[in-house]
Amino acid sequence: MVHSTHSGSNRIAGVGRLTPAKTVRFTFDGQNLTGLEGDTLASALIANGIHLVGRSFKYHRPRGILSAGSEEPNALIDIERDKSRKQPNVRATVQEIYDGLKAKSQNRWPSLTFDIGAINDVFSPMLPAGFYYKTFMWPKFAWKSIYEPKIRAAAGLGVVPGEPDTDRYSNRFAHCDVLVVGAGAAGLAAALSAASTGAQVILCDEQSEVGGALRYETDVKIDGLSGYDWAVATYAKLRGMANVRVLTRTTAFGYYAQNFVSLVERISDHLSRPAAEMPRERLWQVRAKKVVLATGAIERHMVFANNDRPGIMLASAARLFLNQYGVAVGRKVGVYTANDSAYAAAIDLKRAGVDVPVIVDTRDSPSSAVIEEARSLGIDILTGHAVYSAGGKRRVSSISIKPNNGGNERKIVVDALIMSAGWTPSVHLFSQSRGKVAWDAANERFLPGTYAQDCISIGACNGTDNLQSAIDEALVAGGGQTGALAATGGTNWISGMIGSAPGAGANTTVKAFVDFQNDVTAKDVRLAVREGMHSIEHIKRFTTNGMATDQGKTSNLHGLAIAAEALDKPIPAVGLTTFRAPFTPVTFGAIVNHARHDLFDPTRRTPMHAWHEAQGAPFEDVGQWKRAWYYPQAGEDMHAAVNRECVAVRNHAGIFDASTLGKIEVVGPDSAKFLELLYTNPWEKLGVGRCRYGIMLREDGFIYDDGVVGRLAEDRFHVTTTTGGAPRVMHHMEDYLQTEFPHLNVWLTSTTEQWAVIAVQGPKAREIIAPLVEGIDLSNEAMPHMSVREGKICGVPTRLFRMSFTGEAGYEINVPADYGKAVWEAVYEQGKPHGLTPYGTETMHVLRAEKGYIIVGQDTDGTVTPQDAGLTWAIGKNKTDYVGIRGLLRRDLVSDGRKQLVGLKTVDPKVVLEEGAQIVANPNQPVPMTMIGHVTSSYWSENCGRSIALALVIDGTKRLGERLYVPMPNGVIEVEVTGMVFFDEKGERLNG
Amino acid sequence: MLLIKCPYCEEERPELEFRNAGEAHLVRNSSIIEQSDEDFASFLYFRQNPKGLQFERWRHIHGCGRFFNAVRDSVSDKFLTVYKAGEPKPDVEALLAGRVPSDAEPVKRRAPRTKKAEL
Repeated sequence: MVHSTHSGSNRIAGVGRLTPAKTVRFTFDGQNLTGLEGDTLASALIANGIHLVGRSFKYHRPRGILSAGSEEPNALIDIERDKSRKQPNVRATVQEIYDGLKAKSQNRWPSLTFDIGAINDVFSPMLPAGFYYKTFMWPKFAWKSIYEPKIRAAAGLGVVPGEPDTDRYSNRFAHCDVLVVGAGAAGLAAALSAASTGAQVILCDEQSEVGGALRYETDVKIDGLSGYDWAVATYAKLRGMANVRVLTRTTAFGYYAQNFVSLVERISDHLSRPAAEMPRERLWQVRAKKVVLATGAIERHMVFANNDRPGIMLASAARLFLNQYGVAVGRKVGVYTANDSAYAAAIDLKRAGVDVPVIVDTRDSPSSAVIEEARSLGIDILTGHAVYSAGGKRRVSSISIKPNNGGNERKIVVDALIMSAGWTPSVHLFSQSRGKVAWDAANERFLPGTYAQDCISIGACNGTDNLQSAIDEALVAGGGQTGALAATGGTNWISGMIGSAPGAGANTTVKAFVDFQNDVTAKDVRLAVREGMHSIEHIKRFTTNGMATDQGKTSNLHGLAIAAEALDKPIPAVGLTTFRAPFTPVTFGAIVNHARHDLFDPTRRTPMHAWHEAQGAPFEDVGQWKRAWYYPQAGEDMHAAVNRECVAVRNHAGIFDASTLGKIEVVGPDSAKFLELLYTNPWEKLGVGRCRYGIMLREDGFIYDDGVVGRLAEDRFHVTTTTGGAPRVMHHMEDYLQTEFPHLNVWLTSTTEQWAVIAVQGPKAREIIAPLVEGIDLSNEAMPHMSVREGKICGVPTRLFRMSFTGEAGYEINVPADYGKAVWEAVYEQGKPHGLTPYGTETMHVLRAEKGYIIVGQDTDGTVTPQDAGLTWAIGKNKTDYVGIRGLLRRDLVSDGRKQLVGLKTVDPKVVLEEGAQIVANPNQPVPMTMIGHVTSSYWSENCGRSIALALVIDGTKRLGERLYVPMPNGVIEVEVTGMVFFDEKGERLNG
Repeated sequence: MLLIKCPYCEEERPELEFRNAGEAHLVRNSSIIEQSDEDFASFLYFRQNPKGLQFERWRHIHGCGRFFNAVRDSVSDKFLTVYKAGEPKPDVEALLAGRVPSDAEPVKRRAPRTKKAEL
């Protein structure tokens, strides 16, 4: 055989489809290597004679490349473009190489060839399946602090990148008539057939090019062409059709209800220098009228001792490396099989000039044309034999063979071993679609059984074993008339074995790997059964078989068969674990997509936002809103600014942006009746031009929201809600209006964004706004506390509310949002000479707490009734119905022992309690103490000259004057239970 | 993501436009204040949560804003029908009889409990 050393010593000239002149340079663990354009990292490494590519998860055993596809469990590599674009756990078999690619092996230290962690392999008798459940039980605290971190550091595979991902990801929704998953022979034929009807077709395949098994099947002829040429020609034909979209490098990874299938298209991972505007991946969310699954089958490995040595791989992988990439997986390649399909690989290798010393076949007397052909090429075929063990450590060096019926062991020198235990139909997506698989006992495999959606499986994934039948089936599935396609040759997907091979059966202690990625051996599965795991779901979790990132694509059936044998039950009785999305790992980037940074969630800003910004106000996030927090002056910290603002409001006046308050316009002849039903308060008798503080409950009697409601006309109310509560209150109101009280003639409109709200509060408030207001008599007599008038301010229409959330006389000026900033500025200019001070949400919180005004969601938590919150006065005594009226009568809501809202004063007035701190009656009781409440609001009040707090305390209103205790890490704080009002207890200031 | 037909818009729209609003046909008693503890508890807390066909409410919240009812199979997520709020419960037997035979796993149906509120 002629080796082309340009792109690796194992590259065979004249074999494969890559162009020898198109070389690509890349590095692996710092070593400079050359591959060819079109190579995967796996094919390029093998071409360079490198099989050892990583260390295993648990035992740190040397590992090589098992497969040539997305099922790869072993060859997990770290790919680094730059510091922020670094991807661990990339399968070398799917990563295409590009000029400058930097690949690193994982899970080894200090180096791949000498790895300290491999000591685990020596001590493996002490590390059986489930060892961590038993070994690291005591002392209890050590699991979190010592055992788990150590085990994770020693085990884990790749390392998470340390910097945020700078790549872009995009997203598309698509609708089609037919989605075909898999572009092998069956998928291509189905797409062709569907396209011929004029249907909108999407065809996707996870590989960089179409063809599936046709890429390595050398014996196939379709429509007079070689299989591969037919695939390429069909691809070109489909690409030329306006109604067809072909997506390569695209994995269908999730199949959801109503034929909703998620695909991820890898756009730039194979490019050396992707254009800056190019997304790395694109997420496709496809809604298909019909889904055709042509997902093929995955070859299984043989389960025998040391079957994980580098250089041991699936026969189909060796065939693909040879026929597609021109790479021989070794120079002396042994074959170990339980079916016919590995013979084809042996034949291809032999014909390419590779030495194939032996084919070991576990079957006693198999016969078929392909076996005869292998024999005629002079390959030594040992039927009725098994490979008992593989020699070599970092690369397989020999195999030990024994006849099944006893006899002497022989050793054969090899530098690679290819194997096939048969084929597992890929029913992953079918199963995700909630279809039920059925056990094909004759061929020992699960096949699509009962369908749950408009979907059809064709070809190898449907257990259709003959190429012509698969293509016929595909043409029918596509629903079109393309005429027959004559096909010959192809892989025989049936026969083989599942479970452990001879020499690794019950009562053996060899390391015969079932699941390579999670280091699960046949004896681990048997141990699980002995330990009492009888369900496959339990066995899976105990052994971690099939739980790695490859989801057990190669291992599930073996594990199941070994468990079934140990349990002495038929396989279907042991069951199959559930297939879940994603089919292969999907990046967080593709799923998060555009929804990050500014696009993660909308940001809502008030019309006056720019003014606050110009004043240097920091902002507080309240739901999606940005609210000005405080307005620091030169040299002030938050504490100083808030103290100054608090004093200014009470001594002069303050101006506050209240635009974020939710606003709902309730209109219609039955508006008052509707509000009677939605709030605890009475509304029918509220006069036009007056306001009332309302409490809204849920049906269970707990406080849901609160706010001031103004009556603008007999049939028109201006309702305000909490900032965060606006959408849910609107939803709640609509729900009752539409479904419980549809007889009421009422319309609801959200007007939150339509009105800018400027609160002017303090003794000078009236004096400040009076010169700007037209058409409203602001005198106390004409416009008392809790009233609303319509008129003009600064020449623009206003709804002017006289109301207060500070305890001071004050106004809330509602103007159309577009005028918000102009009116704000005019009011501010007008007020400056009077000492008008802008204040933010922190001062608002302190001022309202000084008055004992609650904030729903801070002082209430969804388990607080109006009575608990000291708001019994807000309940209409004569009402016979409102939402929550029955809930309030519930026994637990009226009995003693409820937590009630009270004030707390620390005995040392300088100490400010922590919000959320727990309260106890006796601080000397043993831990865990009986907690009788917690602090809900707590501030330093400059106006009171001391700290103030609100708290929910069991039977709080009966404890007024009592001393309670707040145990904190630095000591116990003594507090006195008080009423909720700390400032101006009589409320005289409201009247200005 | 489900496709849901809004009976007001008479169109199938993606689930993103909708919000589920729990079990349907729970009737709030017009003299709720007189309801016994047991009846009120049943109204407030107890839900069918069947495996199989369930009557449920949806709101086309990012569309027309209307609440409506649907019959959905909680196993397959298939909608049997949708209908406007206030309309009576559809005859499930008749709907099933008229349904294109599907090889989805058979739906186990249980007679829905009758609420006192509905009597």
